[in-house]
Amino acid sequence: MTGRHENMSELFDFSFLHRPHHERSHHDHPGSDPRRHHDPQPAGGNNTGGKGSREIQVARRVLDANEEMARRNRQIFSDHGIFVLNMMSSPGSGKTTTLEKTLVRLMPEIRTAVIVGDICTTHDADRLAGSGAPVVQVNTDAFGGDCHLSAQMIEKAAAGIHLNSLDLLIVENIGNLVCPAEFDIGEDARVVVLSVTEGEDKPAKYPLMFRECDAALLNKIDLLPYLDYDRQAAVDFIHQVHPGMPVFEISAKTEEGLDAWIEWLTAAIRRKRSG
Amino acid sequence: MHEMGIAMQIAEIAVASIPEELQHSRVKRVNLKVGKLSAVVTDSLRFCFEVVTRETPLEGAVLAVEEIPVTARCKDCRHEWTIDSPVFSCSRCSSGAVELLSGRELDIESIEIAEEDG
Repeated sequence: MTGRHENMSELFDFSFLHRPHHERSHHDHPGSDPRRHHDPQPAGGNNTGGKGSREIQVARRVLDANEEMARRNRQIFSDHGIFVLNMMSSPGSGKTTTLEKTLVRLMPEIRTAVIVGDICTTHDADRLAGSGAPVVQVNTDAFGGDCHLSAQMIEKAAAGIHLNSLDLLIVENIGNLVCPAEFDIGEDARVVVLSVTEGEDKPAKYPLMFRECDAALLNKIDLLPYLDYDRQAAVDFIHQVHPGMPVFEISAKTEEGLDAWIEWLTAAIRRKRSG
Repeated sequence: MHEMGIAMQIAEIAVASIPEELQHSRVKRVNLKVGKLSAVVTDSLRFCFEVVTRETPLEGAVLAVEEIPVTARCKDCRHEWTIDSPVFSCSRCSSGAVELLSGRELDIESIEIAEEDG
């Protein structure tokens, strides 16, 4: 994040509005004041006549720039007949291994490319490139160490992929159960990968993620004999947050359970193709 | 975790919303609606907002956050209720066919600008 503050003037051109810093008294307001229109703030600048404030209605979504770009992405991908899957999870749940095994089963019949998001390193991209699929690595530290992929990053990454010869684009999002759920990137479906080495109650702790997804993969079931993990409790928590969501219990390592997941994914791709 | 980015978006939208004739005025308050399901930490957002608005027309402005509860409607029995725990099935008939009515907001409602004398 260092350097971001210094860059503010490049990102927003406030120069035409700038006033000398000393002209204003420093903010002595607690941010939690719930009342409007009787603001006793000491006068700064020219506000000395005891007049109140004028309220300007804005009514805009804060993320509307991202949402607009996501709409554009979605249109571009649709024009090319590409199905876009946004894969999300906490760090270390086995997203990349799951993806490696998924690519082996999909390729070459389903022509697939991958966009991999990480804050740093190209380790995941290097692993996935072994599949033969085109892989674009997005490192978000260039964007300030962000915790999610935004529609703009996807637009930029997709520019490096030949969209004409593609059926499926898989986006491996940043390992994080909070932020990626908030950002539409122009995808058709979202899946969340959860592993049995995490708490069963993760879905209840991160409800937005599990509400927003269309399917969940419960990974590393090969480890169940060595853990005190209650898989039914995990599935129940998922369904408590998102009733009816498909849950695929898999081991990316032994490939147990992968067939049902691949079937779900290919059916979704076919549905999009047939409009 | 992305509060800095959100604060920057808020600043950008707020500045763009200052009417032409008030371009030299000070923004006293930004009124924000944040749904309880959104992944935003309010205290952290306020801190970031203070940082990104330094030496801008928003400097010193209060970021007033109205927290919006998560409300839902059952698609089967039409029951409407407020969700206050991570259970998203109908509180009356237990159906899982639930439509969220609120709780995902992250909206700038309005800005308040100090009236100038001159």
